Amino acid sequence: MAQQIPMVDYLVLDGDPHLVAHECANCGALFFDRRNACAHCSGIKFVPRDLKTTGVVRSFSIIYQAAPGVPVPYVSSLVDIDGGGAVKANILNIDPDPATVALGMKVKMTTFVSGTDDEGTEAVAFAFEPSN
Amino acid sequence: MAENIWVLGAAMTKITRYPDQDVIDLAATASIEALADAGVTMADMQVMGMGNMFQAMAGLGQSVQQQIGQTGIPVYNVVNACATGATAVRTVHLSILAGEADMGIAVGCEQMGKMGLLGPGGQSKAEKHVYAPTGRYGSVMGAEGILGTTLMPGVFAQAGQEYAYENGGVGFEQFAKVAEKNHAHSVLNPLAQYQKKFSLEEIMNARMVAYPNTLPMCCPTGDGAAAVVLVSESKLKTLSLEQQRRAVKISASVLTSDPWVERGQVQPDVNTLTRNAAKIAYEKAGIGPKDLDLVELHDCFATAELLHYDNLGLCEPGGAGAFIDSGAPWRDSPGVTVNASGGLLSKGHPIGMTGVAGVFEITTQLRGEAGDRQIEGATVGMAHVIGLGSSCGIHILEKSAA
Ligand SMILES: [Zn+2]
Repeated sequence: MAQQIPMVDYLVLDGDPHLVAHECANCGALFFDRRNACAHCSGIKFVPRDLKTTGVVRSFSIIYQAAPGVPVPYVSSLVDIDGGGAVKANILNIDPDPATVALGMKVKMTTFVSGTDDEGTEAVAFAFEPSN
Repeated sequence: MAENIWVLGAAMTKITRYPDQDVIDLAATASIEALADAGVTMADMQVMGMGNMFQAMAGLGQSVQQQIGQTGIPVYNVVNACATGATAVRTVHLSILAGEADMGIAVGCEQMGKMGLLGPGGQSKAEKHVYAPTGRYGSVMGAEGILGTTLMPGVFAQAGQEYAYENGGVGFEQFAKVAEKNHAHSVLNPLAQYQKKFSLEEIMNARMVAYPNTLPMCCPTGDGAAAVVLVSESKLKTLSLEQQRRAVKISASVLTSDPWVERGQVQPDVNTLTRNAAKIAYEKAGIGPKDLDLVELHDCFATAELLHYDNLGLCEPGGAGAFIDSGAPWRDSPGVTVNASGGLLSKGHPIGMTGVAGVFEITTQLRGEAGDRQIEGATVGMAHVIGLGSSCGIHILEKSAA
């Protein structure tokens, strides 16, 4: 099996793939990016927090005109993660049609290979799919 | 109490593409016309605010002065995404408020040509062929289209859909009705980039860009410039009666940025900072949304306009869908008219120009000089813009006696 690397550092691939956030030790705000301090309370201490892999589609758009190289149409969504946290990701394994994709639908996280570098290492990204 | 500040002169170029002019030409044209409209000259200006996005490093304020009059006054070259022009107005307003100037000019200009849809260029390509995590997210490749979209059409589509999820009574048709209204309004505005009416069916059946926004529900790119001359009330009282008669009072000039909200890191929140700015502006002006005769608000996409009906308090909370369904924001309907100019959707949206163009439009309407698109009897108006990242500018103007 090819060597794999997460596409972003807040995606953990070991074991059951999931997202990990920086949680502000003072106020509980969650962040995915490298932090200098908390945007909510200005606290400077953070602890890692594993997020759940299920959630609800809070919003979506079906993209028909995209950046070069991105296949269309595809579904971009905002997902509220069960138990806390929110993330932007594509919805896969669904007909990209407004009659099919629904606001409030339940989804679960999945992963897919988003690219391969010259040494054969695969980048792995996350997305969501209907949880049924 | 600080003294009032007034708009003494205003001008804008038609928004279109100007392949034979540069952005300095456009800004100089608007500035010269605004000064003439105000009945003053560059020699009277004590401060200049210059708003431009795509040539923000170029020192355009100085370049324009080199064309129309170099007097050594302070120039503030400002950039604040789509609120850049409003920031230029705010900068001049602050200078007068601080007592450092009694008259100044704010200019907004942009030359975009055929840039295509708003947003960062193409997908960023990893320069190295061996993946290595870089940046604040430890990314090994560009995320556009892989982890959702950050391009403007999709971002504003998602903002609109989020409103639909939370409130109901809103769907593709309600968003499309916004575009139907603004394109219909634009037919009366000779300064608009497009003056073409579309039926609701044409809009809904047009090419989909990012559901629920079809092509006529997305603003075009274009070129243009606008300028306004501001004056302190004490200085205004020394000017001619005709200048005083045409002057329009600035009842509120407000700029906000986005406070922390839980989901803000995932999708820019265009609502909270607009609500905050509106609250401050209404308090400063001592009015409420019911007092507004017209609003120029930031309809970069049809989905965005609907949100701002609610954010600015123009409709019942959660009632933006019913508001557009009722036809209330149309001209010729009682109450407030929204985007009588045609809005960004058809008037156009040269980024740095837009915030100044909104103040021009309200000023022109309140003076009763808006020609075919005049809203009869308008006495109070609001100009609103929002730039992602985010920044919100609101100006409330009133027809009043100096
Ligand atoms: Zn905190």
